[in-house]
Amino acid sequence: MPRVVFTSNLQRHVSCPARDAAGETVSAVLQEVFDKEPQIRGYVLDEQGDLRRHVFIFVDGQRARLTHPVRESSEIYVLQALTGG
Amino acid sequence: MKLFVATRKGLFVLNQSKIEKPHFLGDPVTAVLREKDNLYAALNLGHFGVKMRRSSNDGATWEEIAVPAYPPQPKSGEKTPWKLAQVWALESDPAGTLWAGTIPGGLFKSSDRGATWTLIDSLWRRPERAEWFGGGYDHPGIHSICIDPRDSRSITLGVSCGGVWQTRDRGETWRLASHGMYAEFMPPERRNDPNIQDPHRVVQCAAHPDVLWAQHHNGVFRSTDGSKSWHEVSAIKPSKFGFAVAVHPNDPDTAWFVPAVKDECRVPVDGKLAVARTRDGGKSFQVLAKGLPQEHAYDLVYRHGLAVDASGKHLALGSTTGGLWISEDQGDSWKCLSTQLPPIYCVRFS
Repeated sequence: MPRVVFTSNLQRHVSCPARDAAGETVSAVLQEVFDKEPQIRGYVLDEQGDLRRHVFIFVDGQRARLTHPVRESSEIYVLQALTGG
Repeated sequence: MKLFVATRKGLFVLNQSKIEKPHFLGDPVTAVLREKDNLYAALNLGHFGVKMRRSSNDGATWEEIAVPAYPPQPKSGEKTPWKLAQVWALESDPAGTLWAGTIPGGLFKSSDRGATWTLIDSLWRRPERAEWFGGGYDHPGIHSICIDPRDSRSITLGVSCGGVWQTRDRGETWRLASHGMYAEFMPPERRNDPNIQDPHRVVQCAAHPDVLWAQHHNGVFRSTDGSKSWHEVSAIKPSKFGFAVAVHPNDPDTAWFVPAVKDECRVPVDGKLAVARTRDGGKSFQVLAKGLPQEHAYDLVYRHGLAVDASGKHLALGSTTGGLWISEDQGDSWKCLSTQLPPIYCVRFS
């Protein structure tokens, strides 16, 4: 199952330990996380469902969009950009 | 005396002239409100969006509450994203309803202490909104919410840039209420269009709510008929540009401003920070500078950076360069509390 790791900077605001979640795209995996932890959603996505402007996602070391496909063994990192500080 | 100071790097509390340990250190705080026993703070996290916090124990602990959220954006070609960018104004009415003015221009209310928020659709759907544009930020926003103390169904809004709007029925219907203002920044044929005015800040006299004052991009304006009409107050000095205005809660003829050099320069005139005060409804002004820096001062005071307390005696002034001053004599003299705070967005007496 893909693994989702949130930037430690987000921990200051909301509990978001690394976790495994199923899905074939970044969006689907994140949605499963949000279903269990709805408070995290607003920190990563805006109300239109878009990735926040200063949040980055990497899948297996590559910058990725929400539509990016993921594998069973993928690691998804949700990071804060260096912009936006 | 207790004062909230919302800054680029946290919420500071001034308690009996002492600045206490900040709340939300490192996080931009754009608005703060005390509503009975609850405190509300609006944060604008650089990476993770706008957040709202509530405290029921005077700031000892804070809990996350809902943020005003825009509905799904239809595919209409509208350039303004239906995404909350900032809570710019936070007020409450006697019934305890919270009102939030936001960028990109939506007004929201909450009747459950921020657990849920409702977009005031009647204003958001007005066709005039298509002509609003950003003033100070990329997108338009509501920065002033004046709730009539006589009748909380009557609410007057200041929008940059979108003029002054007013409802008499708690938001069911709205009318433009900026007639008399003029916009030098527009082509001549649109100069008097009430929908494209830029009132930087609008305040209402609590004891005489038919009197409102506005620091507009092009000068100072006053209304004595509940915002039906506005008249320019040209005696303001040393300049007519600025962002902040405060009105005495009991005396509608007394108001304070913080003039600056227009338009994009935005520093005090001649490098001297000063507050302008009128006591006669704008016929004349005194420039008050005792205790304020008079050499190489480049402090800009934003829309919410000037406040008066409920007595009308105490004033607070906070600047973008982290200067904080209070006055205990209606502005005659000022005491500096810090010149090193983070950029100040908002000062508000508790």
